[in-house]
Amino acid sequence: MITRRQFLKVSAAAGGGLLVGFRLGAPESAMAAEGSSNDADAVLEPNAWVEMHADGRNVLTISGSEMGQGAMTVIPMMIAEELDLPWADFDTRFAPADEAYANPALGGQVTGGSATVRGFYNQLREVGAATREMLMQAAANRWDVPLDELRTEPGVVVHPATGRMAEYRTLVADAAKLEPPGEVFTKDREEFRIIGKPTRRLDSPQKVNGQAGFGIDARPGNLLVASIERCPVFGGKLRSVDAGKARDAANVEDVIELEHGVAVLARDWWSADQARKMLSIEWDEGDLADLDDEAIERQFREGLQRDARPARTEGDGAKALGDGENTVSATYRVPYLAHTTMEPMNATASVGDDEVTVWVPTQAPGSVQKVAAEIAGVDPGRVTVHTTFLGGGFGRRFETDFVREAVELSKRAGRPVKVIWSRPDDVRHDFYRPAAYNELSATLGDDGLPRTWVHRIAGPSIWSRVSPGMVKDGIDPAAVEGAADHPYAVENIEVTYANVDPGIPVGFWRSVGHSQNAWIVESFLDELAHKAGIDPVEYRRKLLKGGDSRHLGVLERAAEMADWGGEVPEGRARGVALAKSFGSYCAQVAEVSVEDGAPRVHKVWCAIDCGIAVNPAGVERQVHSSIAYGLTAALSGRVTIKDGRVQEQNFDDYPALTIDRMPEVEVAIVDSGQPPGGVGEPGLPPIAPAVTNALLALAGEPVRRLPIDLG
Amino acid sequence: MARLTINGRPVTLEVADDMPLLWAIRDYVGLNGTKFGCGAGLCGACTVHVDGEATRSCITPVSAVDGREVTTIEGLSSAGDHPVQLAWVAEDAPQCGYCQSGQIMQAAALLADNPDPTDEEIDAAMKGNLCRCGTYNQIRAAIRHAARTRTAGADGGEVSA
Repeated sequence: MITRRQFLKVSAAAGGGLLVGFRLGAPESAMAAEGSSNDADAVLEPNAWVEMHADGRNVLTISGSEMGQGAMTVIPMMIAEELDLPWADFDTRFAPADEAYANPALGGQVTGGSATVRGFYNQLREVGAATREMLMQAAANRWDVPLDELRTEPGVVVHPATGRMAEYRTLVADAAKLEPPGEVFTKDREEFRIIGKPTRRLDSPQKVNGQAGFGIDARPGNLLVASIERCPVFGGKLRSVDAGKARDAANVEDVIELEHGVAVLARDWWSADQARKMLSIEWDEGDLADLDDEAIERQFREGLQRDARPARTEGDGAKALGDGENTVSATYRVPYLAHTTMEPMNATASVGDDEVTVWVPTQAPGSVQKVAAEIAGVDPGRVTVHTTFLGGGFGRRFETDFVREAVELSKRAGRPVKVIWSRPDDVRHDFYRPAAYNELSATLGDDGLPRTWVHRIAGPSIWSRVSPGMVKDGIDPAAVEGAADHPYAVENIEVTYANVDPGIPVGFWRSVGHSQNAWIVESFLDELAHKAGIDPVEYRRKLLKGGDSRHLGVLERAAEMADWGGEVPEGRARGVALAKSFGSYCAQVAEVSVEDGAPRVHKVWCAIDCGIAVNPAGVERQVHSSIAYGLTAALSGRVTIKDGRVQEQNFDDYPALTIDRMPEVEVAIVDSGQPPGGVGEPGLPPIAPAVTNALLALAGEPVRRLPIDLG
Repeated sequence: MARLTINGRPVTLEVADDMPLLWAIRDYVGLNGTKFGCGAGLCGACTVHVDGEATRSCITPVSAVDGREVTTIEGLSSAGDHPVQLAWVAEDAPQCGYCQSGQIMQAAALLADNPDPTDEEIDAAMKGNLCRCGTYNQIRAAIRHAARTRTAGADGGEVSA
């Protein structure tokens, strides 16, 4: 493939000429004369993303779920860049369930893993470039000139040698008759006019006037709305129910028994939820009815050695650990975490004789289609999935539990059904970020740097449930990411993982294993630096020497932004942390004080190297977002298990960060010129350790358990 | 049953007196912009104006709004051009957007009372409105932006809150 730069050089050598005095926006009549073969109804649809109409209307398909991360803006940016479409001269629509929209980085139609840009970057630019070339070919044919003498300006094909030009819409009918090119030119980076430019979100107007359609807003005709009482104990089942009172309650139309609970269906959600409280239920609570946090920790501790499998071994591993003054050991614990998306879980389904329609805020339309087909007993091709806006995803909306409920209820009620979870339902029936128990030891050399690093992890495995094939030799990659692959040069390393499953459902939670492992690794590293009496930034510099320079790049930049080593206001201290995740490198410095016995984070300086930043405004906001999400977890996130059930239930006992606790955030995008890395998650892993390392600097005591409790 | 106005339109809600205003608005009036987040007045996603005052509709029974004027996000302006809405777009504030109706209604009520709030006053007024996407710094910027717009305008008191 030759690049467009080379292509332009070729065309210049062939007498392509210059664009001096060329004027855009010729009168329409001139265009009409040029576009004599145009057909007003013609549509150019050369691929699954682009639809161009002869009347000038363009529609781009958004092949990723919009959950706040900006897919609806950044996907068009990549297409429009290479298509040379004026920004933002198009409408958008969310993709239907179709493998054509599989993310190349993930191998399925799912949105997650910070993969929308890095997964689609090449494909969508080629989609744009191929469409553009078809429009150019149509012009070349019409004007009887070689293709390589043509170029484009936004929305227009031009022939510089003669000054001829044609708006895209006038070429649509002719281009629609052509075959898409086999290979295409894509631009060099310096030719970008959209990619790399901070760009406002396209969905803001409808998100500030109440018009954006979320899953909870779906309202097909003849709808019933359901509230479901589920067994509070994980794995428990319905034994029996007396639903008499609920059935007689106002607006209630049906009560349906499910394997795991009882659904009340009414004309409105509140009536259903009120009647739900009148159900008299007997549960078969199953095997977990006695489970609590102590028992879970006991299982972790027992499993830690017994079931340990090697995730990484360097040098002599743990055998090289010393037992003297220079050896440091610590235990780190993290709790289960709920996602608490602002929009509670919901799905709406309409099951007919041989077809199903689902309206759902989902990160996985393909899974929705499959699950709905299975439950309704229809071919997946007969399931239409309308992916709505997502009121937050964070990994929770990979799951299809709420879809199953809606499809089954619609099937049995014979009417469209919308299932809405209450907030307590959401907190108590999540797929939680795994809890983990970690033992770490390190032996320092005379220079204060670690010679041996041992990290033993015990905790549940996400992939064992989601896709067991991902677990190889007992190692769930999500359980050890950020721990087994930390970038620090240590002669002897041993990282082990013991898959211990207490039975609490676990799932993907923003930044997954990095969400805890970065905190553990970066905190323990600071403990070592503290013991060695070496500045934490300098300590990392030494251990990163000779390694991947992008780590050092973000570390130095964050330190510089924060004026690391400079003056810090009285009563405050700074902590630093570094993590690579989802293909991006991120370092943060947090400035922290203690107020009323609790940490107060004043400011965060963040340097991120995410390769080419397609939308720098989006990158900056995702860093803010990741910091807020990670801070919530660090400061207050904890799901407590007692009697086999989650004790928390709403934002009073499972709080979220509030605006008065949001630190000032300064973001620098370090431009390494590399292909795009992820953006939605990499800003999260460093925040907890940056904060706890500041607390270590402030008080001299390490924080070894999250959420932070200074009491 | 309650008789009230919603976005200037007279409405009779023939629902149970204790039904929260939120569900009457969503499931009976059919206005979807007001969101359900917690059902307990803890997150602010359901914020509407009752006689101009920011109110959690998920814990306000319809009986409490009989004879009163309710404004939802759909009625804040006729064309999405309330200074707060314009500022939200200009500052690129929304992410997932689910909490933003409530945030905007809360902010509009704040500015109607206090046209030029300090950061502390913004925090105090807004801290009951949760955002899991962490748009808080953009929300602060948008409120300051809206305050500037209003102050600079020929008629600073024009905001219909």
